[in-house]
Amino acid sequence: MWTYIVRRLIQSVIVIIGVTLISFTALQMSGDPTYLYVSERASDEEIALARQKLGFDRPYYVQYLTFVANLAQGDFGESLSYRTPALDVVLERFPATIELTAVAMVIAIFGAIPLGVMAARRRGRPTDGTIMTLAIIGQSIPSFWLGIMLILFVGLGLGWLPISGHVPVLKPILEGHVLEGLRNIPAAVPYLIMPAFTIALFSLSRNARLVRSSMLEVLSQDFVRTARAKGLAERRVISDHALRNAWLPVVTMIGLEFGFLLSGVVVVETIFSWPGVGRLVFNAINQRDIPLVQTAVVIFSFVFVLLNLAVDLVYAWLDPRIRLR
Amino acid sequence: MSSQDIEEDEVDGFAEDAGPPRREWRRAWRSMVRGGWPIFALLILVGVTFAAAFGPELAPKDPNRQNIIARLKEPLTENRAGKVEYVLGTDALGRDVLSRLIYGARISLVVGLTAVFIGGAIGIVLGMVAGYFGGWIDDVIMRLADIQLAFPFILLAIMFLVVLGPGVVNLVLILGIGQWVTYARIARGQTISQREKDYVEAARALGASTSSILFRTILPNILAPLTVIASFNVASVILAEAALSFLGLGVPPTVPTWGGMLAESRDQLLAGRWWLATFPGVAIMLTVLSFNILGDWLRDFLDPRLGENG
Repeated sequence: MWTYIVRRLIQSVIVIIGVTLISFTALQMSGDPTYLYVSERASDEEIALARQKLGFDRPYYVQYLTFVANLAQGDFGESLSYRTPALDVVLERFPATIELTAVAMVIAIFGAIPLGVMAARRRGRPTDGTIMTLAIIGQSIPSFWLGIMLILFVGLGLGWLPISGHVPVLKPILEGHVLEGLRNIPAAVPYLIMPAFTIALFSLSRNARLVRSSMLEVLSQDFVRTARAKGLAERRVISDHALRNAWLPVVTMIGLEFGFLLSGVVVVETIFSWPGVGRLVFNAINQRDIPLVQTAVVIFSFVFVLLNLAVDLVYAWLDPRIRLR
Repeated sequence: MSSQDIEEDEVDGFAEDAGPPRREWRRAWRSMVRGGWPIFALLILVGVTFAAAFGPELAPKDPNRQNIIARLKEPLTENRAGKVEYVLGTDALGRDVLSRLIYGARISLVVGLTAVFIGGAIGIVLGMVAGYFGGWIDDVIMRLADIQLAFPFILLAIMFLVVLGPGVVNLVLILGIGQWVTYARIARGQTISQREKDYVEAARALGASTSSILFRTILPNILAPLTVIASFNVASVILAEAALSFLGLGVPPTVPTWGGMLAESRDQLLAGRWWLATFPGVAIMLTVLSFNILGDWLRDFLDPRLGENG
């Protein structure tokens, strides 16, 4: 177990170094980054002075090491459009994005399990056909288009759900006002439904297919036949024996899933005017606020790497085959 | 068809380098017709390809021609002469939606196919090299793959496109580089399983060079699973391209793209101009759906054991 943990930790450190290296390179590729920080009318001397002050005249490896040292101290540079530390701007919006992604993840995983099980149990029959057809269509719909269609038809047409807006739940909780946050939940739900479903649909469809095929595999195995042979009710065969094994492939994907859903937030938050990091990135793209984009990408990647690490460790702890390897 | 036939067919189809014989094509066609959906997918893709290839001849209007008098016309609106001039309506600048849709097919297909080709080529070469040589080469290549997988891909693409600036070449390169890992992993595994086989030994004994063994002896035998991946991959690259165009990071706005059209439609959303958002979305969905259906079919066709229904 310890060898596994240490190896996995080293791997994560390598990946994080890779992340910083790539985002550093990206910034350098924009040309001389000094021009991002000075006004357009700056004289040559002013530019040279700024370059020296910002350290952009030093060798690349020194700049990179400074960049990493700054990151380690939580200094991600200054946002060009907000004129405040980029990290603060990103963290300010982070709770809203977490709320959205978490709800999307719940939909993508807990919605997929009953659908996949139902399809597997009625294999080859119309229920199966319908679920699988919907699943392949769900994997083919661009999320931003789905969002627009929901706004157009469910939000504006039927008037069932609000098309934009957000009631904070996580933020008050993080700030210590737990009760206020919890009391906000009923008001927050209507705003969450459409954007969360929009982000989740692709994963929901893919997971439903995954659960179905792994369920079919499990159902054909000996221990299921034994369970049936000893006269266990079909419902208990499914829930106690088959499902427990069938949803492992889905669990392994939770970490990757989260990263995938996070990439969806940029587009979906923009469409639903959700006040999270995704819309922040969209606006930063339009204002060419490169430090802000960079900060958001690095933070997302860090979260992604840590989450995958956590999932792998929990999984290794649960599954002796990995633990003892 | 007896099981004997199937086995013979499969041996024929995979052992020869010259490509599948006519009998194999006929078997493929029959399996498509039986499935129903694959034919539907094929028809749509033929249509999209046709639109991409002959856009200028097919489009009823110049897709960039603005006409302020005829702006925001609903689909099937009749003009004074009682004729329908704009079948799918016009946008906020009075441009013909149908013509823009037809021109948009070009970018989606070209970007999707080229990016997959680039990613596939890089991934297959690196994966085969890693699998064939093993050792530290394998380690380095596969660690690189791990690092890339740790990045949520769209975010990586966004970061580089913001810095490099939008444009077809940058878009294709970034989408392509984003895909190599998938191919590398599969090519590596397949190469490992093939490298000790007799026919590879034979080629080695005959004094074939390493590159000849890799790309002329082994590659044709591992192409089948890679083709399946490529089909699904074109689908996801088209989705990614549309998302990036939607964010304004795709091709310049003068070139009509489906993602770009959707982005422009947002301004008209609250006014209920549904046609501007609906048609490009349907175009993307049908194209992506077709590649997914074909991928499913191809997987079942090439290896019935792997199939979800098999």
